[in-house]
Amino acid sequence: MADYGTQPRMGFFTDTSVCIGCKACEVACKEWNGVPGRELDLLGTSYDNTGDLGADAWRHVAFVEQPAVELGMPSVGAPEQQGESGMRWLMSSDVCKHCTHAGCLDVCPTGSLFRTEFGTVVVQEDICNGCGYCVPACPYGVIEKRESDGRAFKCTFCYDRLGEGLEPACAKACPTDSIQFGELDELRERAAGRVDALHEAGVSQARLYGDDPSDGVGGDGAFFLLLDEPEVYGFPPDPQVPTKHLPQMWKRAAAAAAGVAGTLVVSFLGRRR
Amino acid sequence: MAEAHPVGFQWVMEAKARGAKIIHVDPRFTRTSALAHTHAALRAGSDIAFLGGLVNHVLANELDFREYVLAYTNAGAVLREDFRDTEDLDGLFSGYDPEHHQYDVSTWAYEDAEALPPAGSGEAELPGEQHSGEGHQSTARAESYGSGGASVGGKPRIDETLQHPRCVYQVLKRHFSRYTPEVVADVCGIPVGQFREIAEAVTANSGRERTTAWVYSVGWTHHTVGAQYIRTASILQTLLGNIGRPGGGILALRGHASIQGSTDIPTLFNLLPGYLPMPHAHQHFGLDEYVTTDAGSTGFWGNMRSYAVSLLKAYWGEHAQPHNDFRFDHLPRLTGDHGTYATVKAQLEGECRGYFLVGENPAVGSANGKMQRLGLANLDWLVVRDLQMIESATFWQDGPEIETGELAGSEIGTEVFFLPAAAHTEKAGSFTNTQRLLQWHHQAVEPPGDARSDLWFYYHLGRIIREKLADSTEPRDLPVQELTWSYPTEGPTADPSAESVLAEINGHGPSGPLAAYTQLTDDGSTSCGCWIYCGVRADGHNHAADRTPGSEQDWVAAKWAWAWPANRRILYNRASADPDGKPWSERKNLVYWDEENDRWTGADVPDFEATKRPDYVPPEGARAQDAIGGAEPFIMQTDGRAWLYVPAGLADGPLPTHYEPFESPVDNALYSQQANPARQTLSTASNPYHPARSAVFPYVFTTYRLTEHHTAGGMSRTLPYLAELQPEFFCEVSPELAAERGLENRGWATVISARTAIEARVLVTSRMKPLQVRGRVVHQVGLPYHWGTNGLSRGDAANDLLSVVMDPNVHIQEAKAATCDIVPGRRPRGRDLLALVEDYRRRADG
Repeated sequence: MADYGTQPRMGFFTDTSVCIGCKACEVACKEWNGVPGRELDLLGTSYDNTGDLGADAWRHVAFVEQPAVELGMPSVGAPEQQGESGMRWLMSSDVCKHCTHAGCLDVCPTGSLFRTEFGTVVVQEDICNGCGYCVPACPYGVIEKRESDGRAFKCTFCYDRLGEGLEPACAKACPTDSIQFGELDELRERAAGRVDALHEAGVSQARLYGDDPSDGVGGDGAFFLLLDEPEVYGFPPDPQVPTKHLPQMWKRAAAAAAGVAGTLVVSFLGRRR
Repeated sequence: MAEAHPVGFQWVMEAKARGAKIIHVDPRFTRTSALAHTHAALRAGSDIAFLGGLVNHVLANELDFREYVLAYTNAGAVLREDFRDTEDLDGLFSGYDPEHHQYDVSTWAYEDAEALPPAGSGEAELPGEQHSGEGHQSTARAESYGSGGASVGGKPRIDETLQHPRCVYQVLKRHFSRYTPEVVADVCGIPVGQFREIAEAVTANSGRERTTAWVYSVGWTHHTVGAQYIRTASILQTLLGNIGRPGGGILALRGHASIQGSTDIPTLFNLLPGYLPMPHAHQHFGLDEYVTTDAGSTGFWGNMRSYAVSLLKAYWGEHAQPHNDFRFDHLPRLTGDHGTYATVKAQLEGECRGYFLVGENPAVGSANGKMQRLGLANLDWLVVRDLQMIESATFWQDGPEIETGELAGSEIGTEVFFLPAAAHTEKAGSFTNTQRLLQWHHQAVEPPGDARSDLWFYYHLGRIIREKLADSTEPRDLPVQELTWSYPTEGPTADPSAESVLAEINGHGPSGPLAAYTQLTDDGSTSCGCWIYCGVRADGHNHAADRTPGSEQDWVAAKWAWAWPANRRILYNRASADPDGKPWSERKNLVYWDEENDRWTGADVPDFEATKRPDYVPPEGARAQDAIGGAEPFIMQTDGRAWLYVPAGLADGPLPTHYEPFESPVDNALYSQQANPARQTLSTASNPYHPARSAVFPYVFTTYRLTEHHTAGGMSRTLPYLAELQPEFFCEVSPELAAERGLENRGWATVISARTAIEARVLVTSRMKPLQVRGRVVHQVGLPYHWGTNGLSRGDAANDLLSVVMDPNVHIQEAKAATCDIVPGRRPRGRDLLALVEDYRRRADG
């Protein structure tokens, strides 16, 4: 991780155990950032009509309905989170993860994507040339090209607000503090405490996602407390930055190149003989 | 609550984080259920059976907070010998008149109370006389009890042993004895085990050390027995000692911003500011009659004359003088029911020729949209003030009746004036929320274009009318000519100063702004626009604008905005202490008697006279607050007690009784009386009803809101960012009902009632659950009601399916439980739609 001087790395801790699915984060994000509206489409997937993160959806609330398991099977979830029927309705506000090892940033040829002094990853709209390399480089499928425009867009972590000492619009609008903004180190501590408290209250399925600096992206700047497996919410279970092996590849390439050069030298030497 | 009040729900989440147990009772599994510990799915319209079951659980097991009940409620009051309960009359109370569907309530009174002349009045009056009958019911008098119950003729005889067979406690016990867990299961569809769990949780969490709060929204009020829903909760909370104490109470979440404010300073036909009743043409010939018939002679309503005179002074200033009854004659008079639905009927009959719609979209938001639109189409003129071009302004152009051919734009004579309104950010003013908190908002920007504030509209309308009438010598114009109508205007639009209006509401006396309603007098020396708001601008400071953060003050947070009355945060908080004035427990300490300093004190402003000792006994003949004893916390009641039993003031019974919704798929399990016998129906061609237990309309439907949209949609369906979140009208059905009717997720369904048929996209979800009721499966269809033909997110209006059938106390429509049929596919268009509905109607009636 880069050294940010005295400015600590900032992050999001999204505690889905208190998310009420109000979508205020989606609206606040669009209002502040002027993100275009989408075509109206009833998706038929619970109360989710956003579908996925993309160029025009920088926050996305997932709604997961888990009906009661019949036939005498043990009911899903912890008693804390379910009614008489055992029904659960999980809600979770997804966002760009602002990875420690950000694939999008690694592959950006123009320098449009850059890491800010807050440790966040931002696309500069005036530099992006629309090459789209970043799109497949994101292990979470977050960044996307806007068809009408050609350039790539995603959550900016409200870079303009951060600079003014304001919290991002989504966190500001969240009525239940499901989206918490702060120094990443402090958020990680807070999140660990929250998991312990939930476990104590009998919510045994509570776990953190994206908080581990040793994971495939070096830990997320935006991490989550989930009440089920990541796949249930649409998260990849083991995200890997696609450029993970790039340094080794370069080393091997360098070694190979050196080898070739050596052979050439040898051959030249040989020729001298 | 998470659906309709997501911002307020943060406090529920905070309570949960601090260990509170959250129980959600709702026909549907909503976003609230998702965050609750328990969700109990009950059949829409069966809540009195559920709550009655809890009351029975408390009484049968003697789990009531006995010291509280004995000291502070009318549990020991002895009733008249000729009173008959629903237990005796199979679902009716004594006094029912089957011809007029009304009760004579005289037998509901306390025994001997009628022998007591109202103290101070000098004349004998039958208690309840002014609180019942045709006049009382049609003018929704019950609504004037927004700040204290009906006045009764005197204090009841109390049996301290609670053993008298006719005392309220024993009557209550008998009345609710049949509301067993098994009956609850049979009526509501809540399994016995789950019911017991809830009953035990609620009672275990009530008493000296703990309190339980109930929170409801219009899911409780939109029924033919709506007022009695709240009454049942009141009985439960009073028995458990959960009123007037921190963490207790019954919290009414209002329909939208400042609806509490719109009953405090009302936009209702039957009320004047501060819950003073609107005078009646045939009862209130002068101020004396008005005050005598409606003021309780004991309790704080005993000062009604001061409140009324100060209001008249605010209206007519120097023209209001003792010799002319303070211009009491200038007030309008009621002659009957002038409520919303009665007005619509008057429109249909050609009696009502002009109509103002201000921030209201009845073509979408009111029950039986067709009836609403037919009424609008029969006017001479219609003024619509709204943020957007709503359906109620364009019904003549593209309403559903244009499509069916029932109406033709060219034949509608209504002249529609659309006047764009300013949003709350574009004007200053106050919101009053559900906990009676007045919160000030400052203007942030000027309104765009021709948009203007409501203050601007009414002030300048009044100014122009007054200019036109300035030279009139007609007596009828005098009330307008003499109005105090001078408000300073400001800004580029000449907007009247909202602060000056607040100053008028707060009131003033000889020495400037008033500080408390106790300063109001009846001699004309004080003026006050709303007595319960008196003090909001004490010392000329706008306390509604106080914004000291919670972190910088104690937990009561008295310096955040201002709560009526007197900045009191919990009403009747004298009940937080025991009869001797000591806190019931340290944990629930709020207000207590400080013996050393001889006064009431505590974290909240005491809701009691500060120096009235706990052992004060009223002398013979005392009146107003002097008649309230030192251990009687309910100071707005004539007897100072919380009413488990209501001896006067309600149109449909002194005790809540489970009746089936007017349109119900099942019979009443408890009595042979099927529905509320005093319900109010509205007879007109566009308002046909379903027979009960109709096989043609076999399913229950319930209407509701989603967090993504706002009421009738004018403020949300028009905005791209909100429209995309719920892009069109949909209905919610269980997988079982989907299978039964061949409905597919994301496909189309047509929902049919005798009023009309509408189409909706289908969401098949396990959050909707078939219920076992009366030995059979009852399916419920969920219909969010936000949609109409205008805006970005469009669809048919769910409320078009509803009939208008009302609660007899407050004329609120039964919007939360009715019956329907549902079939796959889109609805027919044009005349074919009418034919389909006609066919259903014929089969239902046949």
